[in-house]
Amino acid sequence: MTRRGRPSTSWIVPLGLGAVCALLAIGSLRSSLFAQQTVSGLANGGIYASLAVALVLIYRATEVINFAQGAIATFTTYVAWQLMQWGLSYWPAFACTLGIAFGGGFVLELVAIRPVERRGSVLSVVIAAIGLLILVEGSIGWIWGNEVKFMPTPFPAHIYTVGGVAFSRQDLSTIAISLVAVLVLWLFFQFTKVGLAMRAAAVRPDAARLVGVRVSWMLSLGWGLAAALGAVAGMMAAASPSVLLQPSMMDGILIYAFAAAVVGGLESAAGAVVAALLIGVLLNLVTTYVHFVGPALQLPVAFVIMLVVLLVKPSGLFGRTRVRRV
Amino acid sequence: MRPARGTVAGAAVAIVVAAVIGLLPLALSDYHRSTGATVAVYFIAILALDIVTGYTGQISIGHGAFMAIGGYATAILTHDHGWNDLATLPVAAAAGFAAGVVVGLPALRFHGVYLALTTFAVALAVPQIAKNYSHFTGGTEGLSLPSHSGLWLYEVGWAIAGATFVLAWLLLRGRTGRAFRAVRDSEIAAASAGVTLAVYKTAAFGVSAAMAAVAGSLFVLVNSFVNPDVFGLQLSLYVLIGAVVGGLGSLWGVLAGAAFVQLLPVGLTTGHLASSQAVPVIFGAVVIGVMALLPLGAADVLRAVLRSASTRGKHSETPLGTEGR
Amino acid sequence: MAALLELEDVDARYGPVQALRSVTLAVEAGEIVAILGANGAGKTTTLRAISGTVRRTGRLELAGRSLARTRPEGAARRGIAHVPEGRGTFAELTVWENLRLGAHVRHGSLKADARRVFRYFPWLEERRSQQAGTLSGGEQQMLALARAFMQRPRLMLLDEPSLGLAPIVVAEIFRILRELNAGEGTALLLVEQNARTSLSLAARAYVLEVGAVAFSGTSAELSSHGSIRRSYLGY
Repeated sequence: MTRRGRPSTSWIVPLGLGAVCALLAIGSLRSSLFAQQTVSGLANGGIYASLAVALVLIYRATEVINFAQGAIATFTTYVAWQLMQWGLSYWPAFACTLGIAFGGGFVLELVAIRPVERRGSVLSVVIAAIGLLILVEGSIGWIWGNEVKFMPTPFPAHIYTVGGVAFSRQDLSTIAISLVAVLVLWLFFQFTKVGLAMRAAAVRPDAARLVGVRVSWMLSLGWGLAAALGAVAGMMAAASPSVLLQPSMMDGILIYAFAAAVVGGLESAAGAVVAALLIGVLLNLVTTYVHFVGPALQLPVAFVIMLVVLLVKPSGLFGRTRVRRV
Repeated sequence: MRPARGTVAGAAVAIVVAAVIGLLPLALSDYHRSTGATVAVYFIAILALDIVTGYTGQISIGHGAFMAIGGYATAILTHDHGWNDLATLPVAAAAGFAAGVVVGLPALRFHGVYLALTTFAVALAVPQIAKNYSHFTGGTEGLSLPSHSGLWLYEVGWAIAGATFVLAWLLLRGRTGRAFRAVRDSEIAAASAGVTLAVYKTAAFGVSAAMAAVAGSLFVLVNSFVNPDVFGLQLSLYVLIGAVVGGLGSLWGVLAGAAFVQLLPVGLTTGHLASSQAVPVIFGAVVIGVMALLPLGAADVLRAVLRSASTRGKHSETPLGTEGR
Repeated sequence: MAALLELEDVDARYGPVQALRSVTLAVEAGEIVAILGANGAGKTTTLRAISGTVRRTGRLELAGRSLARTRPEGAARRGIAHVPEGRGTFAELTVWENLRLGAHVRHGSLKADARRVFRYFPWLEERRSQQAGTLSGGEQQMLALARAFMQRPRLMLLDEPSLGLAPIVVAEIFRILRELNAGEGTALLLVEQNARTSLSLAARAYVLEVGAVAFSGTSAELSSHGSIRRSYLGY
């Protein structure tokens, strides 16, 4: 049986993070390229963060890694695209998509996951999630075809210049929206009755049942919220000029989100956000400044970051060290 | 101690299955024979994964990477250096073994989900590295290899599959197998019983990776082609699905799993039962369905059938399956 | 008139092991009843049977309505507060969050309930932001009671509230239980190994042995009956 220990009080993590922030600040002040790459790295990181928090949400409640999270995010982005094809303008489509994503995630848990969870182990649920990944990505191709679609961006191109450095509105808005989404979710969990019930169901489902919390509905809710977060990530990604709307759109981003969730310590949403921003920035800087690292090597670099962190702190930056007992 | 009747029944089933597999190509077209060869490839890969995940309990979602190592070893040696195909297999196995040990050592520090995700990252990273160092690997255009007849591929594939099955069976029924299972069921208990954890876990990874590498080599031979995408994420996921749907910790489940992941999609397309776009949707749905109805995989059903058919008396079994069955 | 809680011929099993055999008991509204017996006698299982945490058969009724199909979430809604073995506190959450969860089944403002709880447990108010897992054993037990009380239940099921606690703390807890029962009219069904203290609190008691009711009677009867006391209650 494993028991969760207290969060690690080691000084290494805050010190390390402080050092990284200091380096980034210094670098940004000295080089405008550095500053630009840092900001666009943060924008990418924002997208990873939304998806990473979705992963943590589901993992905390069920110990399941939802491999389908990226595909669900892509699907909901296609839904947004479709709504716009049917005449809705961007922000109304965005809002509708969030609602549809929430409902969809809720139903998916009910229909695809709950039946497996009832009888199977964590591993069978993970396999079901993988099956779901294949199913959802396949449905996108089936319904909309595999060709790339054009997704309009809500942020008309505009450059803000601060101290001689150019920042795009796209990047800044992506950072803002991602952080707002995560913040709203945090407020929900901290201050609402349902949010508290969900947290209780995640940490101690048996005790939660005894106080009257309907634990299975909390799980479905969790999937709904995770899907909504994924939709935010997906739409921000599709709006970005370097990402194309196609069925495999979120495959790479999902990996970075995994890395962020793991590095942050799988049970900490805050950790996932910090790690995601870090990974986004580091990847950007490495591909800009280290010349033998081409774009194809971004993934292995993320992997190296993940490996390094895990070797030093096997339960992630903010994870709780688990005490293993016989 | 297994009762004598169980052993005889198991051996009888094995002989029947081997006969069926051996005689099947006579009834198949050349194309279907190469499909059958692909099933053999998955069989070996799933068997490899089962050793690590089903028997020692270390979760690995990255066997595509080991397959890539074997596959590229074979491709490069055959394409650039003119080696005979089959001669490359031992090299692939050795390279795989080395890679497995290299991965297995740091993996000692990780557990459960962290290990799963790390291996997952490895599976994704390796094709990317292959893309990057294209002067070795032929990059995205890939390397082409001389093709073989479906019959040759089928026979070679299943011969090797049979050999690895026997090897695995011998490995798992003895002391090593018991040690593996002890590690899976409780690391702490195993360690206190004198099982040197590091050695057995790393050895399991090494053997498993060697097998996966051989599977990768065969895969390249069947396709007469290799490029990084051949060993992408989908392959690793399908191998994992095959292992779990077949039933972890069961050698017979491996056969069921391999048949499932290859024959279901292929069957749907060639039987014109579904458009190629719909195949993944159906496949995914079936996987979910199987997990909901048979969480322990097909092996669970097989075991129940064999149990009722072979003995009526007492039957000593470990919870996750009898040795070698 | 029917009792608040009635169990008749209740069986429960854990796999092949039968934990309860034909258990019959009753608790009147506002009564304090104890369930006593050795380890493994089925005391905890009885409480689990009532809250629906374990599969059981037989007749179980709360205020005349059947509990047979009620699961734990439903039991809480019907007015049963089960404080399980291990207290069921959410160690990762704060004291105040634990109390809020206690009131999960209630609607409307918590202010009045909170005020009452703080009257019984004044020290909880100062510690509301403290993480529940960092409280001492006795404090966690009192938090568990406070949480159950926030629910305003008709019936509280208490599984070994004195377990692992110093006698002085146990005395305090039992004092609070007596006050809760007197002040709020909450019925208490108490599972205890500490027979002597329980009999001083409870009006009646059932003694379980190997999953069945061996004896029952008022506390006075049980504590005065020498051989029962010695054989079954250990003193």
